[in-house]
Amino acid sequence: MKDFEYFSATSLQEACSLISQYKDVGKILAGGQSLITLLRQKLISPTCLIDIKGLKELDYIEFDKKSGLRIGALTTHRAIEKSSLIQEKYNVLSEMEKSVASVQTRNWGTIGGNLCSADPIGDPAPSLIVLGAKLKLVSAKGERVVPLEDFFTDYFTTVIEPDEILAEIQLPPPAANTAVEYMKFATIEAGIKIVSTSVAVTVEAGTDVCKDAKIVMSAVAPIPLITKKAAEMLKGKKLTDDVIEEAAKMAASETDPTTDVHASAEYRKEIVKVLVKRATKKAFEKAKKA
Amino acid sequence: MNGAKKTINVKVNGESYELSIKPKMTLLQLLRNELGLTGTKQACMDNSCGACTVIVNKMAVKACSVLAMQVNGKEVTTVEGLASKDGKLSILQEAFLEHSAFQCGFCSPGKLMSSTAMLEEMEDPTEEDIRRDMEGNLCRCTGYVQYLAAIKSVVQKRKEGKR
Repeated sequence: MKDFEYFSATSLQEACSLISQYKDVGKILAGGQSLITLLRQKLISPTCLIDIKGLKELDYIEFDKKSGLRIGALTTHRAIEKSSLIQEKYNVLSEMEKSVASVQTRNWGTIGGNLCSADPIGDPAPSLIVLGAKLKLVSAKGERVVPLEDFFTDYFTTVIEPDEILAEIQLPPPAANTAVEYMKFATIEAGIKIVSTSVAVTVEAGTDVCKDAKIVMSAVAPIPLITKKAAEMLKGKKLTDDVIEEAAKMAASETDPTTDVHASAEYRKEIVKVLVKRATKKAFEKAKKA
Repeated sequence: MNGAKKTINVKVNGESYELSIKPKMTLLQLLRNELGLTGTKQACMDNSCGACTVIVNKMAVKACSVLAMQVNGKEVTTVEGLASKDGKLSILQEAFLEHSAFQCGFCSPGKLMSSTAMLEEMEDPTEEDIRRDMEGNLCRCTGYVQYLAAIKSVVQKRKEGKR
């Protein structure tokens, strides 16, 4: 690891002013569960780190019936997993968090750091996207809100400006007659993920008809992939096994995965089909009861 | 100046230290190289294997992936801190011995720290809880069965103690 200058910010305001000063050479350090490996492997070598992990003001989970859920960017994965509020209102997030890396990583790593590291195999992004998450980005100049589905631009790259800090993840209140399901496939538990998907299904109340659907995949493209055509195929239809099967095939055709040591592209596409089918079915069954 | 040393205050196994370190030092390097606590093992160095697991403020973390600067003001427990001052082993350490939950022994400190944190957090974990919470600790000898048995025996003893 190369040497760097280190600042431990004592407030968000101070962090913003430091990063505006060091934006060309500095990086924000949160839990560092991805960053420290990257530094050690010299994949990046910033000459300055601004540590925000200690900022209590960005560590919270709050819910309001009207405006929905707000998660401070420095909330740990473990806190989200264990939050009774999230288990009750956005259970898919708690379930998803159980499969993020290992307990040790979840204890120290933060949700904001995970999103900003923009690893295409990251677990949280697909579920947060189908739930309609928005991100509050702040800088010394002000703040802006960006939908999470517009946040990622390429492998490990986002729209975040060099002087901006992710402060908060915002989710709308849980939608009526809707269920979200997250499924992940890895050859060994806690191993490198081959594919994962998050599917949201909204039904017309009291019917088998799908009113709305959203399907997001990870590990099949440089960024979390929204398979729009597949979701479109579900809308307005009774979700029979045949309809779900066709949509799952469409989802697979919309992906363009790569071959690597963990799985071939062909295999990944096949797994997409299986996971989308299973997750859609499960979300549909749950949505009918929601 | 780049890499200039900074001062941190940290409590390790009950002892307070004031240390002047380079910001790039990891918690693992701090423990092993500065404090000579080599019970915490260095292995994968990419946040995978769990051999370097220690407890920071009651949470199990991988010391290879935490900067020492980030434990400023915090309390760290390593495997050396599990036994009491007079050398009496912890209940989990005893159970690991009893169940021969060591093969080569390299991953054992990490496993002890993960399971110690888990049993602090959960009163009565199920087998599924134990397996899930121990996912982050790999054993190259594949000696997984024995330490699961050891942890389960401690949970069982706790239950019996309550009756």
